[in-house]
Amino acid sequence: MATQLAERAATTSNHPESVVVRFAGDSGDGMQLTGGQFTLSSALTGNDFATFPDFPAEIRAPQGTLFGVSAFQINFGSTDIETAGDAPDVLVAMNPAALKTNVGALKPGGLIIADTGEFTKRNLEKAKYDASPIDDGSLAKWKVLAFDISALTLESVKPFGLGNKEALRCKNMWTLGLALWMFDRDRAPLIDWLNAKFRKNPTLAEANIAALNAGHAYGETAELGGQLHKVHLDPVPSPAGLYRTITGAEAVALGLVAGAQLADLPMFFGGYPITPASSILHYLVGLKEFGVTTFQAEDEIAAIAAAIGASYAGKLGVTSSSGPGIALKTEAMGLAVMTELPLVIVNSQRGGPSTGLPTKTEQSDLYQAVYGRNGDTPIPVIAACSPGDAFECAIEAVRIATQFMTPVILLTDGYIANAAEPWAVPDPDTFTPFPARFLQVPNGPDGSLLPYARDDKGARPWIKPGTPGLMHRIGGIEKNPGTGNLDYSPGSHQAMTDARKAKVDGVAKSIPAQDVALGQSGGKLAVVGWGSTFGPIHQAVRRARAKGLDVSHVHVRHIWPLPENLGDLLRAYDKILVPEMNTGQFKTLLRDQYLVDAQPLTKVSGQPFAIAEIEEAIATYFDHVPGNAGGDDIDANPAQLPSIESSNP
Amino acid sequence: MNAIATITTTLKDWESDQEVRWCPGCGDYAILKAVQRTMPEIGADPAKTVFVSGIGCSSRFPYYMAAYGFHTIHGRAPAFATGIKLANPELDIWLVTGDGDGLSIGGNHTMHLLRRNLNCQIMLFNNEIYGLTKGQYSPTSRQGTTSPTTPLGSVDRPASPAAFALGSGARFIGRGFDVSRHLPNVLKAAHAHRGAAFIEIFQNCIVYNKDVFDDFAAPKGAEDRQLWLKNGDPMLFGSDKTGGVKGIALDIQKLTLKVVDVADGDWQAAGVIVHDVTNRSVAHMLVEMPFGPFPMALGVLYDDPRPTYEDAVLGQDAQAREGKSTDLRKLLAKGQTWTVTEDQGPLSGV
Repeated sequence: MATQLAERAATTSNHPESVVVRFAGDSGDGMQLTGGQFTLSSALTGNDFATFPDFPAEIRAPQGTLFGVSAFQINFGSTDIETAGDAPDVLVAMNPAALKTNVGALKPGGLIIADTGEFTKRNLEKAKYDASPIDDGSLAKWKVLAFDISALTLESVKPFGLGNKEALRCKNMWTLGLALWMFDRDRAPLIDWLNAKFRKNPTLAEANIAALNAGHAYGETAELGGQLHKVHLDPVPSPAGLYRTITGAEAVALGLVAGAQLADLPMFFGGYPITPASSILHYLVGLKEFGVTTFQAEDEIAAIAAAIGASYAGKLGVTSSSGPGIALKTEAMGLAVMTELPLVIVNSQRGGPSTGLPTKTEQSDLYQAVYGRNGDTPIPVIAACSPGDAFECAIEAVRIATQFMTPVILLTDGYIANAAEPWAVPDPDTFTPFPARFLQVPNGPDGSLLPYARDDKGARPWIKPGTPGLMHRIGGIEKNPGTGNLDYSPGSHQAMTDARKAKVDGVAKSIPAQDVALGQSGGKLAVVGWGSTFGPIHQAVRRARAKGLDVSHVHVRHIWPLPENLGDLLRAYDKILVPEMNTGQFKTLLRDQYLVDAQPLTKVSGQPFAIAEIEEAIATYFDHVPGNAGGDDIDANPAQLPSIESSNP
Repeated sequence: MNAIATITTTLKDWESDQEVRWCPGCGDYAILKAVQRTMPEIGADPAKTVFVSGIGCSSRFPYYMAAYGFHTIHGRAPAFATGIKLANPELDIWLVTGDGDGLSIGGNHTMHLLRRNLNCQIMLFNNEIYGLTKGQYSPTSRQGTTSPTTPLGSVDRPASPAAFALGSGARFIGRGFDVSRHLPNVLKAAHAHRGAAFIEIFQNCIVYNKDVFDDFAAPKGAEDRQLWLKNGDPMLFGSDKTGGVKGIALDIQKLTLKVVDVADGDWQAAGVIVHDVTNRSVAHMLVEMPFGPFPMALGVLYDDPRPTYEDAVLGQDAQAREGKSTDLRKLLAKGQTWTVTEDQGPLSGV
């Protein structure tokens, strides 16, 4: 979304507002690359877009298998785009397995572009097709454009003398060329990109460019039975300024760098490879000039331990992982709470439990973030709703961590981490600095040192080892309020537990009041979301409101502590629906905190919500209550209400 | 060891105001005193000294040193130390761990700190038992150790801390025991070594594993049972009073060490090895040298510095930063960008 949290009128026009294209092929076919480049091309055309890369956990799954299919979906258009789209209009299927696993999602009447060169007997068998679906009529409800992309690609790169295998690798560029023709795109930026990518091998660059041009020319010249025609989507009217594409992982890394600068601190990032969190580390290793030191630790525990060590020594400690890795870091998080040191922990959530769905998205680590530690161990939690939003959330996490001397958890998910969207490049001059301060001289009476004395926010002083005269000892054992000396007397534990809780509760005073993303502050139904469900919820609520239904969208960024006015705001609605990609965790949190009747709408398929799924749940609510249309003042007796849970997809 | 300006302190300057809470008679008291005695001698600055520990009896150590101290979580002290050192390489870090903390739950981190060669001192207090959790057997307990969890005797073979450290790539291996008057010298040598210096300190747990090291640590017969290694000196032990001077020589046929008698002080004739702290092959034999047939090898077994981890990391960081812009504005605007103009006119891609 180019701009967000604003109600927009749907535009009407004669050509489509938006188009959803899905590229699907073998994991070795380069579909992610094709999708990524098509995304850039959409950006340069000025279309708004959202993407959804969906790939298997296996690096090179056996060729042609159903589980080896890698797909990249992009929704782009001349209006604001909030999601990667529900159902594709166009499916590019590079082999039978890609067709089989993706065709079900295609809109009726949608277009299939298939590479017949790959529809061999062997590949059909691998995809568990008895007969070729191209010939047996089973694709009747869609338009099918089947031709031998493999052969056409081989023909186009013939002059370059590549081996058969290498030549076939250019298939994705041929396909991209065709897609660029279909959507009236400029090839020049792609040609520049290919020249840069294959700088060291000009032959490969030329071959790929030839394939790209051939695909484009094919669209231009071939007689395609009227099924394929050019579609032009106008640029989105966006505010003037500089834009770029950004993924969530890039945004988190940039936000952390910006946050560290605002805190006037060098950053230490401890990480351990895990999908889908590794890309943050990959990105940060290239930013050493911004005071970043990275450390690939021996395991998840060492990664957070080293980050805490760095924070103890006066840097901004950051660690990042995904569910299983976060679980391993839990004990160390407790130490960071106990020693009251700043730390940012980024969790790029994936499907769980255990190894779960490493490459698929989910929001099921909310309990883990808010409640998942031994002892009373409060940690502020922030959740990003989109790649661009992750930038701001990362800065916010650094601010809270350093100002309140506390670990902070930043939740993103696999979808946000990998997805790309256009991003209005922010002006750093508009950021408010929050420089960290270190204690330089003793702070207690008569020159004594009180490492656990608290400021008005409840935060203790940050003391760098190396500072003369401030030697002291800290640790995970309960301590005396003030001196911090080992002390587990009943009074001390009570006082320190209360102080740690009060400090984190107090973070609520420094965060914005909860607003309404779309709709009114009160009414029939609030759809309350957090994290990456923002897009589908926002669009579903927009559509429902366009039909006159009294429904509003409340999007919560600060998961812990919650905004101070959230309880009152939620009570102003008759009913609360909480769509989330778990079995109802935020719903439970809201019930727990406010005793409100929050109802879940849950999905854990590893795929983001479709707009239609949420729209349907909203409709179900209004349909089942006689006279309960938007704005009508009826007595909403909860006993009459249908269980929204029953409408789970 | 760091190139830090030395300052003048006394033993008292290193005693914190905290009441020491180890069992009366615990070997930890002697080690604490040895460390407190060593610090003034090496000219250490309390403000730049950090004691980092994990969990266990030994890990309470930082509270009793009047320096900076971080009592962390079980087994992970090496990882915390790595973060501290990379954040501020000026700090002189002493890691305090035990046989359970450093070799059981934290074996992984100990190994990686050693192979990376982080510049710090690692004191592993080996008492061959879990003390703080009340006497369960540990990874260094001898086979057959009866404990609350092994009432019939432990069956697993013990790990050798020094052999583990050397195998992990350590470039300094020292050994001593709690009440030994030589311990401060081992600590000094460890501190003088630039890189990860691993010191195994045998420590008497008087409650759960009393006097388990007496066979070599007891004053009576010590000369016969302790081989104090000194760089450049022949490996001699024993005396005429205790049945003759003996030495360690190489059995060329078996490629192992052997004990030889030294007649009339002519150790050369007996083939006794001259200790060379940089000889890694001999170090491997010394850490594996079984006590019983051989004396206990003590002192500095191995000392051959290599470039440190933090120098490599921070050096690479500095190199990567050279001549690079630190303008956040430019960073944010990197990559594929385009400009939208007020009139929604043509777009310009970059």
